[in-house]
This record gives sequence, structure tokens and C-alpha cells, in this order.
Amino acid sequence: MNAPTMKSKLIRGATGDWEVVVGMEVHAQVMSKAKLFSGASTEFGGAPNSHVSLVDAAMPGMLPVINEECVAQAIRTGLGLNAKINLKSRFDRKNYFYPDLPQGYQISQYQEPIVGEGEVTVELGDGDTVTVGIERLHLEQDAGKSIHDQHPTMSFVDLNRSGVALMEIVSRPDIRSSEEARAFLSKVRSILRYLGTSDADMEKGNLRADVNVSVRRPGEGLGTRCEIKNVNSIKFVGQAIEHEARRQIAVIEEGGRIDQETRLFDPAKGETRSMRSKEEAHDYRYFPDPDLLPLEVDAAFVDKLKGELPELPDAKKARFVAGLGLSAYDASVLVAEKETADYFEAVAEKRDAKLAANWVINELAGRLNKEGKSIEESPVSADRLGAILDLIQDGTISGKIAKDVFEIVWKEGGEPADIVEARGLKQVTDTGAIEKVVDEIIAANPEKVAQAVAKPTMIGWFVGQVMKSSGGKANPQAVNELLKKKLGIPD
Amino acid sequence: MTDLTELTISGIRDGLSKKAFTATELTQAYLANMEKARALNAYVFETPEKALAMAAESDKRVAAGEARALEGVPLGIKDLFCTEGIHSQAGSHILDGFKPPYESTVTANLWAAGAIMLGKLNMDEFAMGSSNETSYYGPVVNPWRSEGSNAKLVPGGSSGGSAAAVSARLCAGATATDTGGSIRQPAAFTGTVGIKPTYGRCSRWGVVAFASSLDQAGPIARDVRDAAILMKSMASVDAKDTTSVDIAVPDYEKAIGQSVRGLKIGIPKEYRVDGMPPEIERLWQAGRDWLREAGADLVDITLPHTKYALPAYYIVAPAEASSNLARYDGVRYGLRVPGDDIVSMYEETRAAGFGKEVKRRILIGTYVLSAGYYDAYYLRAQKVRTLIKRDFETVFADGVDAILTPATPSAAFGLEAMATASPIEMYLNDIFTVTVNMAGLPGIAVPAGLTGDGLPLGLQLIGRPFDEEMLFRTAHVIEQAAGRFQPKQWW
Repeated sequence: MNAPTMKSKLIRGATGDWEVVVGMEVHAQVMSKAKLFSGASTEFGGAPNSHVSLVDAAMPGMLPVINEECVAQAIRTGLGLNAKINLKSRFDRKNYFYPDLPQGYQISQYQEPIVGEGEVTVELGDGDTVTVGIERLHLEQDAGKSIHDQHPTMSFVDLNRSGVALMEIVSRPDIRSSEEARAFLSKVRSILRYLGTSDADMEKGNLRADVNVSVRRPGEGLGTRCEIKNVNSIKFVGQAIEHEARRQIAVIEEGGRIDQETRLFDPAKGETRSMRSKEEAHDYRYFPDPDLLPLEVDAAFVDKLKGELPELPDAKKARFVAGLGLSAYDASVLVAEKETADYFEAVAEKRDAKLAANWVINELAGRLNKEGKSIEESPVSADRLGAILDLIQDGTISGKIAKDVFEIVWKEGGEPADIVEARGLKQVTDTGAIEKVVDEIIAANPEKVAQAVAKPTMIGWFVGQVMKSSGGKANPQAVNELLKKKLGIPD
Repeated sequence: MTDLTELTISGIRDGLSKKAFTATELTQAYLANMEKARALNAYVFETPEKALAMAAESDKRVAAGEARALEGVPLGIKDLFCTEGIHSQAGSHILDGFKPPYESTVTANLWAAGAIMLGKLNMDEFAMGSSNETSYYGPVVNPWRSEGSNAKLVPGGSSGGSAAAVSARLCAGATATDTGGSIRQPAAFTGTVGIKPTYGRCSRWGVVAFASSLDQAGPIARDVRDAAILMKSMASVDAKDTTSVDIAVPDYEKAIGQSVRGLKIGIPKEYRVDGMPPEIERLWQAGRDWLREAGADLVDITLPHTKYALPAYYIVAPAEASSNLARYDGVRYGLRVPGDDIVSMYEETRAAGFGKEVKRRILIGTYVLSAGYYDAYYLRAQKVRTLIKRDFETVFADGVDAILTPATPSAAFGLEAMATASPIEMYLNDIFTVTVNMAGLPGIAVPAGLTGDGLPLGLQLIGRPFDEEMLFRTAHVIEQAAGRFQPKQWW
């Protein structure tokens, strides 16, 4: 975890190498029907103030009642992060004034979070892995939304989000590069989605990160950190760290000092800027919420949730490698998104897993990327892709024809077998028909025959010609065998 | 016909069942009394139409032989309880015009039992005060006056309106709340019976919060039996208040008249405070004698941390209040004083909306929770609280059934008598009552005698958690011995 940072990850400054140290606070909206302390709906996109209970609006005399499903979701997430579940935890009030915070305080877990220490293994592009420590996970309420563009002099407030449950996942400062940070956030997102504890939809703001960045000379103690608030895409996390690290290095190299402060990332300019300094920081006056008893869960409940956990990406990857014989790289690509893994498994079931992996990773993913579609939006369902692979495997069509069939299903839909039948795409395995073509081509190209006899790899030219004249329908293996026989090339 | 407003609740129950009068006649009699007693300023909002409609319903029920536990009993409701569609302002300017779209659990329980609502009762602003002089609606005047004097006296607080109304026959009984003595002290000042039940016995849902870990609702009544009858209907377990406790509500009335022979009554030496008037000491002695004569064993006990209770209380209660009152920000309901921006709107609204005592406590609370002071004040106070609780646990574990103390260190004082005094002098009114709130125990104040110049004084009995029956049983013995006390009508 604290191994020396590889040379390649260091940042070169004017006066030598620097190491960037990053810790993250990931805020994920809990997937639940109702809010953390009220029965109001958490549905996205309702008319303003249509999902607000008396509790969410902080009417006088209203009291919070914990939503047990949110507690279960936090525990599931903790288990997914290989973390310690605290059977006793506590809710605190974080006090500050803001119009979209009706109570005047956020109910959060400051001192005694529901989840303690854990760890996440993160794969990097070069196949390396790093382990990032998790310090804690706690439950807290989201605030509402202030809307400033609806009236010339007034601001409006929408409380639909007010009181929605969030999980804040706090990492240790174990991250040493923007790449590791992006990979960490992707991995956390993936775990949340596998668990079904958050949809982790960054576009809806359901997953956001506060990124703590500091720099130091390799081997030295931690530098002063700056916190970049509310970064809402994985790409921006990378950009924000790159910019912030370079900014801090420049300040120090010019003889300056880093002030601990909160900063914002401006994606349009690709830079961070100061939001408030440590001196301006709020005094939140945390104290235990007297409206709520300490939260106690029993070990049996945790065990039950543990027993019901779905297979997580690391386990799935290991199974794909060990059980299905996929390469570690292919397995990583397939498990990164739960939907991709599910799709792959549906295609691979009772079929050649490597063939299925190739098709999903190359043909399907390539085509989806090209059109900017997610796998759930794929016009070719897993069943139909599976049917295409069946046609390849039973020799009905060649791999090349299969790509054409895939394209037809993508654009027009329909059952692959019907398409092959209707359009006469069936592979010709009738040796008589192929032999006729082979004979014609041999007869028409005597000089090539002589070359092939001298250099057997020249057979490829003949295969190509036969395939071409059969419109790709000839079985390539049958063509190959026949040509060898006719040309007198040994196996 | 005799004056119907002289009847106790048990008397009303008997009279209605015998058809001696109707609920409508009874209600009209109370409405007439209320009209004549405006000088006392006990009610801040009267609901005569609602009262008569409820009385008509009660008469139907009685006629049909379907009378409920509190059928036709006219009650006054402390302004701290939210009542649907009806003025609920906690004695504060900041809740101007607030009519909640919901009914507190306690009042809903009372209406479900057939009680009739006469109106909302005056109180110290947000229940902060011991004289009912902090109300935005002006002070309540105690129906009692010293013999030979026309000087106005305070009724105590914060439930001053409740106590005065019960004492002056402006309702058959009243709801009240007690955070540090707000039921027991005004009961003692007005010759009425007031019980603060165990924390968790009555739901806090829909009661405007002052200090959530201390607030409890309870009744103020003419005698011990009436208090027991009201308590039975007010108490309930409530899923909407997770600090309410799931213990069956006993029939408290059955405790009345049970012998106290052989019971162990603790006399705590720490309640003999410096400068306590001899009248209070004599009253306490009389209480001891009455209980001994009734067969109880008196034992000297020690509650060593008593002296820390008041200072600790004045840290914990303001701390919680500073956070609970943050929601009164002018954004959603109540008073709004416009400002140039959001911060000035907050400042103007809260400056105009809160009275002096409320502001003082918000300031104290904000201070004791702030960074650097939390450990020295709030955390220490919580530790003291644990020690106070342990004092009581030790005594009860030694077999003590109830503890007898004076209810207040003095009789009712003059209106504005404390105007120039330090706030601490006012806070000393709670010296005998706050320990009970800090420990979450039940405590009852029962009238026990008069001062030399004819003002009522009360004794307090403190019981084990959820042993309110013991308090009704022992208080009834004192009531039998001391007699009943009623002010001479001058208003």
C-alpha cells in the first residue's frame, strides 16, 4: 500500500521529481425508494417540491425516522468494500445555514460511522494493481437544490433531494497518480453498481467526489492538501488532479507555500480555483442528533446481507479467468461494467467463452462506442449475438459472414438464422460445388500454381480467390483442404 | 345547576354518564369562564367553534352509549403542540401565522379519546423560561395572589398558561411540556398537579422541539386522579418518534388509593440547599410526616452529583436548542423580514422573530458546541448527565421506590420581579426539577400547602423509569393529607 511510487508516476518539476498524494471522499446516492429519514420518494426528475415530506421541509415538531433499507444498503456497500461493519453507529448533526438545508443541519455520521476500515483493489491500464485503503463509509442526508435562474431577484428552492440518503466513502491517501484516482473511482462505481446500492449515475449527480490533493518530494512526509469539491465525472477527477498537482509544484518551486483550502474544478478552463480558505471554513458544531437513538444492527442481520451479496467484479474476473479460460485483460474489460459482464455471460452460456468474449469486446463494444450507445441500448441482444455465434460454431456461416449478419441484426433486427436463410448466406460445404470453383481457378492461373508448389504459403492467394468467387459462402476449411489436395501440397 | 367548571375530570365522567349535564353545557361554561378571564392572558388562541362542534359529537357518543375515555372533557393545549389548521406558534413571533397541516400525536390521542379543545395556551417562548414572561403574547398572570395584595404574580413557566388555566377553571385539564421543570414548577406555583412522565412515554412528534433529549409532554390537572386519567390517553408508543418507548400504557388511575405501606421513600440530602426558605423546609417535613404516617419507610439517600445538574442542563439544553431552532429561518414558514441577500434576510428575521431569552440560549448553545469548546462544555455536561443518571440508578437499585423533594425553592414571585436579576437567578427555579429531565425519569409535582401569605407550594416525587404508577400512588397520599387548593377569583 505504501510501496515507493514507481518512477513513471512521478511528476517532473523544474527542480526535480514530485509525488502527488490523493485521497478521495466519494458521495454516492443510496438506491432506495424512500429518503434516509422520511417516507418521501427519491425518484429523479419529479416536479420541484413534489417529493417532500413534512420532515424533509423541517416543519416544527417533525422527527426523523431511520429508513432501514438505507442502512442495509450501507452495510452491503461496506461488505463490498471488504470493510468492517460497525454494529453500533451514531448520527450527528452538522449545523450550517443554507436555504436548501431546511433543518439548518445535515444529519450525518461524524464520530461513529456505520462502516469502518476496508480496502479496494484497483486495476491500472498496464495490468498492475494497487490497493487503496478505505477509512470509513457513513450515511448522511443530501441537501435540496437552490435555483438561481428563474427570477430576476429571488432564488428558488427545490427540496426533492432534501433528505435523500447518501453514502460518503472516504479513502486513505493511498492514491499516487491521476490514473490511480480515476481507476479507484471507476472501481468504486463498479462495486456500487454490482451491489445495486447506488446507480452511481454521475450525470444525475448521484456519484460525486471531493478530491484531496497534496504533493511532496518522494520519501518525504505529507504536504499541505487542498480539497477539490464536488467533481462530477471520472475524467474531470483526472484533469483536476493533474492541474492541481502542477499548480502546487509551481507554487512550492517558486518558493511559495500551499495554503490549506477548498477549491473548485472548472471543467471549461481545466483548472482549479480557490473557493474558501481554512480560516473561512465553517464551524459545523457537530453533536449527536438527540432525535435519534444510536443505530444498532445485529451480527445476524449483517451475516444475512453478506450471504445475499451478488458476485462482485474481482470474484467475477477470477472466475472468468480460471473457469472460462479468458485472459486477465479480457476478463477485466468484461467485468468493469456489470451490464457488460451480464451480457457476456448470457452470450457465453453453453458456448465457446473465448469466442463470446472476442465478439463482445471487439465487435459489440466497438460498434457501441462508435454510436455512443451503452450496452443496455444495444440493438443486438445477447440472445441474438448468441444465435450468431451458434451459426458460426455449427458451420452454417463463416466468421466473416457472421459480421455481416451482426450488422444486419444491428440495423434491421430479426433472427440471425432467418436472415442467413432468407439471404442465402449459408456457408457452402458441398465439396462438389467448391471443387468446381477450385478447378476453374487452378486452370485459369497456371503461373500461380507453379509458385504455390514452390512456396506452399502461396495457398492463401488461392483461398482468397475461391472465397471471393463464392461470395464468402464457401467453408474456408474445406477450400483449404481441397486446394492442398489439388496442388499437391502436403498437410 | 352547580358550576360545571368546578368538576374534576372524574366528576365530568360521572356526570356525563348519568346525563346530569351535556358536554355542550360543560363546554359553554368553560368558554364563558375563558371570556371572563382574559386578564390572566392564559390563552393565546381560543377555539370556541371547534370546541362546541367537538362537544356536540361527544353528546352524540354519550347518547349512543359510546363514550370514550375522555369523552366531553374540555382541555387547553399548550401552544407548543402542533394542532392541525390552528394557531401553533410556541409563544414566538417567528412562527407568526403558522397553522400546521398536521396534528401532534399527543393531541391526536386526546381527541381520539373524546376530549374537547378549548384553545391554545400561553407559554414561555419556545418553552424557554420559568415565569411565562418570555412569551411573545405577553406574560400570563397567576390566578393566585398573596393575601392582602393586588400585586400580579407569575404562574411559573414555561407551561404558565396551562397551569394558570387549570387553576382558574379555564379548562378541566391541560397539556404541558417539561424540559427542565416546565410542568412541575408552574404546577407548584398554581396549586395544581403536574407530571413529567419518563422520557419516551409520550411521543414528541408534532411538539415544537426545544431540547430533544429532555423534552417530554405531560398533563397539568386539578388533582392526582385527573393527572392519571389524562396521562393514560396522552401516552403512547409512536413509530414516528423513535425515542418513544414500546411499553404498554398501564391504567394509571388504578394506582390511586393503593397503600404506600412498606414503600421506601428516599430523602436526598443534596436538596437541602443554602438559602432555602424555612417554609419550603417545613413543607418538605410535612410531606415526610404524611408518608410516614401512611406507612412508608423514609430513608436518607445521597444523589452526589445533584449540584452539577443545573450548570450541565444549561449547556445541554441550549446546545440542542441552538440546532433545533435553526429551522426558523424565514425561508419556508412563519415570519420573514426581507433583507438585501439571504444572509441579511436570515439575520433580520431571526433578530425580529426571537425574543431575548431565546437569543441568549441560542448564543450559549452555539458557543458550547463550537470547535475548541465542545469537549470542555458539551462533552463534559454529557458526562455529568451520565453521573446524575447513575446516582438515581444506585438509589433505586438499593430498593428506594420514590424520592421526595420540594418542587421549587420558592413560591410564585411577582411579575417583573426578576426583570433586573441575572438570568442565573431565574434558572435557579429549576434547581429541584432539572435532575429528573437529565436522568429521563418521571417526576410529579403535587400541591402540599400554602406559604404564610397564602401562596401554594408543591412537593415533588421522583420515580423509576416508567413507574409513573408509583408517583400517582404516593402523590395521592400527600394530596389526601394536604387537601386541595384553589385561588379566590378576582379576575
